[in-house]
Amino acid sequence: MKYEAVIGLEIHAQMLTDTKIFCGCPTTFGSEPNTQTCPICAGMPGVLPVLNKKAVEFAIKTGIALNCKISDYSRFARKNYFYPDLPKNYQISQYELPICERGHIDIFIDKLPKRIGITRIHIEEDAGKNIHSIGNYSLVDLNRAGMPLMEIVTEPDISSPKEASEFMKKLRTILRYLGVCDGNMEQGSLRCDANVSIRPIGQTYFGTRTEIKNINSFRFVEKALEYEIGRQTILLEEGGSVVQETRLWDSSTGITLSMRSKEEAHDYRYFPEPDLVPLVGLSAKAEEIKKSLSELPDSKRNRFITQYNLPDNDAESLVAEKALAEWFEDAVRAGGQPKILSNWILSELLKLLNEENKSITECPIKPSQLVDMLKLIENETISGKIAKAVFEDMYRTGKNADVLVEEKGLIQIKDEGALEKIIEDILSNNPKELERLKAGEEKLIGFFVGQIMKATKGKANPQLANELLKKKL
Amino acid sequence: MLRLEEVKHIAMLARISLTDQEIQKLSSQLSAVVEYIGKLKEIDTKDVEPTSHVIPINNVFRDDNIRQSLSPQEMLKNAPDSNEGFFIVPKIID
Repeated sequence: MKYEAVIGLEIHAQMLTDTKIFCGCPTTFGSEPNTQTCPICAGMPGVLPVLNKKAVEFAIKTGIALNCKISDYSRFARKNYFYPDLPKNYQISQYELPICERGHIDIFIDKLPKRIGITRIHIEEDAGKNIHSIGNYSLVDLNRAGMPLMEIVTEPDISSPKEASEFMKKLRTILRYLGVCDGNMEQGSLRCDANVSIRPIGQTYFGTRTEIKNINSFRFVEKALEYEIGRQTILLEEGGSVVQETRLWDSSTGITLSMRSKEEAHDYRYFPEPDLVPLVGLSAKAEEIKKSLSELPDSKRNRFITQYNLPDNDAESLVAEKALAEWFEDAVRAGGQPKILSNWILSELLKLLNEENKSITECPIKPSQLVDMLKLIENETISGKIAKAVFEDMYRTGKNADVLVEEKGLIQIKDEGALEKIIEDILSNNPKELERLKAGEEKLIGFFVGQIMKATKGKANPQLANELLKKKL
Repeated sequence: MLRLEEVKHIAMLARISLTDQEIQKLSSQLSAVVEYIGKLKEIDTKDVEPTSHVIPINNVFRDDNIRQSLSPQEMLKNAPDSNEGFFIVPKIID
């Protein structure tokens, strides 16, 4: 029997506020343990939480970008459970009145659009961090307690690991455009849990699902889901059944493991949070925020296609990072041809940046410098091949293309006499190849052009070299 | 009457261990409490907005400005045990 997967994601995104959600402690990552704590986030008696205004604005912003309905009225709820990283013994979260509901994100799978529904977005506080297994004790650091989170829940609309990872990439791009989350899965500021079940293709019922936790890198979204779908498929094919449980992704072994916690239903006894007052008039706030929202990835992508005549793939890749799209448009404004710029950015520039694991914001080449270099190709001062070497030098040294061309003597040889001399030498030094070419082995033209480029260190003007070669034959 | 199973479940959620005798006793006592509160159900609330907060105020916010945190020494002062800036708690077994 053939099975299909049904996947829903629960994403926790840490918001880029300067302070925690209910107190003024800073949100810096990686500080010494318990240096960013106060009586409020440590849950001491007699303190009151006060909501960070920016966290609410960020959640509304995200809701608008994910096409959600912004609730006019929203409130907080207590989720009760005991765990050492939860100092109050309850988490302040939202339950029946989240801040945003019913939205969607459109992703592309093999160029076909697919819409993934967003069930809800709510805001809540993070818990602290446990460090397990130090002798007979565990250690607790409360720096993370009270960090502002958005929980984004999707509909079970995702039907493959590929769709799940495309969704996560798209979500990350949107969150980064909005400046509400840095999207760093490795540092835990974007976390993803997945609910996975399988069913025979064509069926509409849901199979028993498992929840996969600890997917802590973009690389692992697909791997963890592929493993889990495979595991469930084998179980069903062997006549067994899937147990509803929480499973932990182990990236070192590439498998999911049962958490073996007692299989009783969670009973969080949610109730309205009495320490916080309700939020009202959020629709008006949303209208205000909507006006200040800058262009989002989808509209930027469509604009790039129509305004600059770029192929879908180019536009999609350029808008994946806001700073990259801006770099491209700066270069267009500096007078570059959009498609040529896109080629250079997406191949040469990204290659150099990726080699050093750098982002476009750390790029040592300015957009106008690339445009100036491209002009040197256009006016035949350098060949396209030499240009790649020049570009790499520009990247390493920060110097302008014309300076490097001058310094290294890379100007194209356009002197017919000089080139003719070189070609004659090559022809006479390679008599066998010349004979085969004359006998009709056309592909040897390439061999001779290669020899010419080698002899001139790539400086021969390719068209001229071709012409002269044909004339000599 | 609260079933014994329910009392056990509530005790588990509250991390309280009870003897069988205590469960028996609490079953009737908790039932009396629930029954007493159940009196509220007799009131007709058809036309009353559900209350989420007793004081009629909304939208209380704080600006996103950093305030001085406690020092780790101060934070850990009340902790029964600590080590190198961490709280020490009994070993967590999942």
